[in-house]
Amino acid sequence: MKDESVSKDTGMMLSKDAIGRLMPMHIALDLKGNVISCGPTLSLVLKECGLSGQKFFELFNVKRPMGIASMRKLPALLGEKVQLRLNAAGHDFTLRGLCHDFAGGHGYLLNLSFGIGVVDAVRHFQLTEADFAHTDLAIEMLYLVEAKSAVMQELKELNLRLQSAKQVAEQQALTDTLSGLTNRRGMELELSRLINLRKSFTLMHMDLDFFKQVNDTLGHAAGDHVLRTVAQILLLEIRDSDIVARVGGDEFVLVLQRLDEGNLDNLVADRIIAAVSAPIDFEGQPCRVSCSIGITKSAFYEVLDSETLHADADMALYEAKRAGRGRALLFAPQVDVARSA
Amino acid sequence: MHGLINRSIQSFLRETYGQKLWEDVVQRAEFKFDDFEALLIYPAEQTDAMIEAACTVMRRRRGDLLESLGTYLVTSPNLEALRRLLRFGGLSFVDFLHSLDDLPDRAHLALSELDLPELIVLDQGSGHFRLLCAPLIDGAGHIVVGLLRAMADDYGALVLLDHLGTDGDYEVVVIHVLDQAYTAGKQFDLALPVGPER
Repeated sequence: MKDESVSKDTGMMLSKDAIGRLMPMHIALDLKGNVISCGPTLSLVLKECGLSGQKFFELFNVKRPMGIASMRKLPALLGEKVQLRLNAAGHDFTLRGLCHDFAGGHGYLLNLSFGIGVVDAVRHFQLTEADFAHTDLAIEMLYLVEAKSAVMQELKELNLRLQSAKQVAEQQALTDTLSGLTNRRGMELELSRLINLRKSFTLMHMDLDFFKQVNDTLGHAAGDHVLRTVAQILLLEIRDSDIVARVGGDEFVLVLQRLDEGNLDNLVADRIIAAVSAPIDFEGQPCRVSCSIGITKSAFYEVLDSETLHADADMALYEAKRAGRGRALLFAPQVDVARSA
Repeated sequence: MHGLINRSIQSFLRETYGQKLWEDVVQRAEFKFDDFEALLIYPAEQTDAMIEAACTVMRRRRGDLLESLGTYLVTSPNLEALRRLLRFGGLSFVDFLHSLDDLPDRAHLALSELDLPELIVLDQGSGHFRLLCAPLIDGAGHIVVGLLRAMADDYGALVLLDHLGTDGDYEVVVIHVLDQAYTAGKQFDLALPVGPER
């Protein structure tokens, strides 16, 4: 083994030690493929792999360029980008590098690196900063990988916090986003407030008739337009102290105060039915829906609880639908019989 | 100020002195939120308001509190990622000191909006160093003292540290490295240990 390597063009001489520090993963071969010099980091890697041979092809398989499996073909590597696989089971690393001749064509010098596999290689071979050339950005790459993981962890935690905050906000929301009306939660809050204050009020459950046909024939955009228009109609028909809520797809609930006298609630309901039954224009197409309404009143009960009120209003609504739609029915004891049967 | 800095100070206060203290700080500083978010940017005054409020509530000198903060940044198990990122600075404590010149650039690599104060390290020979810390937080030099003390422990180095006040805009910290290998220090592998993170 010669102790000094000579570059062909300039005759620049470097000690093996200097070459090892500049290129800790180089390997130099004579023309027969015998290893004449090997960088300290590559030596360490080969030792970890249990590779102790002195012949290039005992240590590596040439992955790229393809078809190079013997010394005879080694000149094909000159000046080429090279990919080598370690010839050791359980150490599945591909080294990449460049091959050049030296000493006036009397040897081959390959400078290698782990490439993108450096993160796994550092773990696998327990490499330290001292195993990399000072100019190598491997350490910076490891640093970035860890910095990225730390930032991603922060982002993940932030997203979890945002998600749970969003869920809380949704639970606390009182508005139905499609129609702008109060939602079920808002309606229930207001209803229990009225019950607690022993106010007298009228509760109406309202369902659109033929809404499904609008959705099916004109599409969901038309359906949404109908729901928004109906919401506007309902808001026009009630007073500020009243509540109108959308509680499901095409289901609405109205809580109206001070309608006790005479037949006022039926009048309001009939007015709503008439207004909703007028064709609603959607992009030049008339959407024809109607509505059915079931009514009950706080005055009917000695003890008020919202569950019973809703059940009775629903019962009346069911009867109204059965009686031919487009009408309002007041809950009455004879309707109640059907429920208790 | 980057939220990561504010969040670190919040974690320091809350983990070291408890949730109640943190709530007192929030109230005293008149924040309209309970927590800093690590990835948002906050007005610089809020950082100062937080530090001032903590000093008032705990009746501690600003320099002492900031030095504890610096130590916490390296030693808290919750900030192990930060300790590791700092250890990437070099194989020995002196290597690490020299790497502090690059700290703001390294921070920018990780998070382009994260501005850390410029640190200038002057090697004065035979283990003596002079470190100049550009203004970012008033008293940042004390954070540096706490952080270097903890990093010296981490590397196993025996080190004397002193905050010498200010020189123009810069805070001055002097470092005397007596022994680079005083103890074995704390283990550091380049590869992240395999297992559940945090």
